Amino acid sequence: MRNIVYWKLLLFALSLLPAVALVWMALQNQLGANPVEKLIHETGEWGLRFLLLTLAITPLRKKFSWNVLLKFRRMLGLFAFFYAFTHFAIYLSLEHFFDWQEILKDIAKRPYVTVGFVGIVILTVLAITSFNGIRRRLGKRWVVLHRSVYVAASCAVFHYLWLVKADILEPVIYAVIWLVLLAVRRQAKPTQQQSTLQARSQQV
Amino acid sequence: MLIKVKNPADVTENDVTDAQLFAQRRSFIRASGQIALGTALGTLFTPSIVDARGQPLKAKKNTRFNTSETLSSYQDVTSYNNFYEFGTAKEDPAINARHFKAQPWTVKVDGAVNKPGNYAFEDIINLNQLEERIYRFRCVEAWSMVVPWVGVSLASFINQFQPSSKAKYVEFTTLYDPKRMPGQNRAVLNWPYVEGLRMDEAMHPLSMMVVGLYGEVLPNQNGAPLRLMVPWKYGFKNIKSIVRIRFSEHQPKNTWQIAGPKEYGFYANVNPQVDHPRWSQKRERRLGEFLKRETLMFNGYADEVASLYQGMDLRKNF
Repeated sequence: MRNIVYWKLLLFALSLLPAVALVWMALQNQLGANPVEKLIHETGEWGLRFLLLTLAITPLRKKFSWNVLLKFRRMLGLFAFFYAFTHFAIYLSLEHFFDWQEILKDIAKRPYVTVGFVGIVILTVLAITSFNGIRRRLGKRWVVLHRSVYVAASCAVFHYLWLVKADILEPVIYAVIWLVLLAVRRQAKPTQQQSTLQARSQQV
Repeated sequence: MLIKVKNPADVTENDVTDAQLFAQRRSFIRASGQIALGTALGTLFTPSIVDARGQPLKAKKNTRFNTSETLSSYQDVTSYNNFYEFGTAKEDPAINARHFKAQPWTVKVDGAVNKPGNYAFEDIINLNQLEERIYRFRCVEAWSMVVPWVGVSLASFINQFQPSSKAKYVEFTTLYDPKRMPGQNRAVLNWPYVEGLRMDEAMHPLSMMVVGLYGEVLPNQNGAPLRLMVPWKYGFKNIKSIVRIRFSEHQPKNTWQIAGPKEYGFYANVNPQVDHPRWSQKRERRLGEFLKRETLMFNGYADEVASLYQGMDLRKNF
């Protein structure tokens, strides 16, 4: 796959589409009666979707021996961070108007906010350490650190599950997908060949 | 028996003109719509949600409790609300309630009451006695709006059934008909939806039985044909599409209390000092506004209703 750059560009454009759509809708006044709520829900949900998509890369790669998928993982992960952080930024600004006292109380007091915040912190650290240079410098520790993406995903799933009032259908669907990904992960103990692959991929 | 109590803020006939003009404007709009419809004869004419406007209602303006705050737009009021019987997303009711038929409508009245029975809508709502009141509406989810409701005072509505001295509470029930209310096909809540008030709350002059908004028959998504409006309480108390009214000695269990007893109480009075366990109730977002505003005690109706709860621990009785 020599034209990987084009594929990456395509994926980049596709991944940006939800954000573009939201901005366009905001400009056109198409976000409904409560635009801020709409924005915060949409960005949060897209963050969760990209997070689960990122986690799906490794099992898919192993299942179909489609190693090229790995080349898209970081971009997907960064988009998960992008949407989740936008979600968080809207929470800080349009929801709480940077009333830090109120925000800290909210994070400390309300479990769904607490787990959401933990998830954001993890994703931020992972995004910062996603560059090749840092990755090389961290060596083996990088792999361990980046396994915490599973913690971030569980935070996101519970964040959603705990915030809904009565209709838990949608968060449960995401929770099931998350559990399946987790089960697949546990099942697939890395073989010698895969470990070599992983080691090789780190040099890419 | 209907007892007409004249209060100092009762409007005179002079005040009616506005409403009539309003109605005329409505019928003009409707007439134009019919002409447009005629032109588009034979084509698939599906009016958008915004255009699905009801019949005009004649209503005197009762300004006694009016707020001078800006009205929320008709579009916002009729396209963004919770009515789980038609779906759990805010946009669902406007879409899924489009084909709901709210007439004919029967209300069963029973319990501690001298005139129990099954009443037709027309027999218990006098369309010549309607009044319009502009109230703040505060949802437990911390958004709010200002709506010109049309209806009658709940006290006068209830009095026609002559509740007995045993009536300490009044319980309301929403229609249960999953064929007409598709949201009821899923057990999101314990159907049918039930709400209740203490008798003195129900008889308070602020409490209303609503049959319309913005000078028109209540749109389906807003609870046609009959809904409650108790403006100092969180929105979920204002039960919609009521088919049963029961008077009793015992405090009824309302649906949201059953769904989450730690989060939703019987009283559900708007109170910025008592947070929902999962979010703050200090501020609210008024539909159409960018910044949040402070939530007022009893939704700004403290002067009128605070005395109802004297000596009660509002933290316990949330």
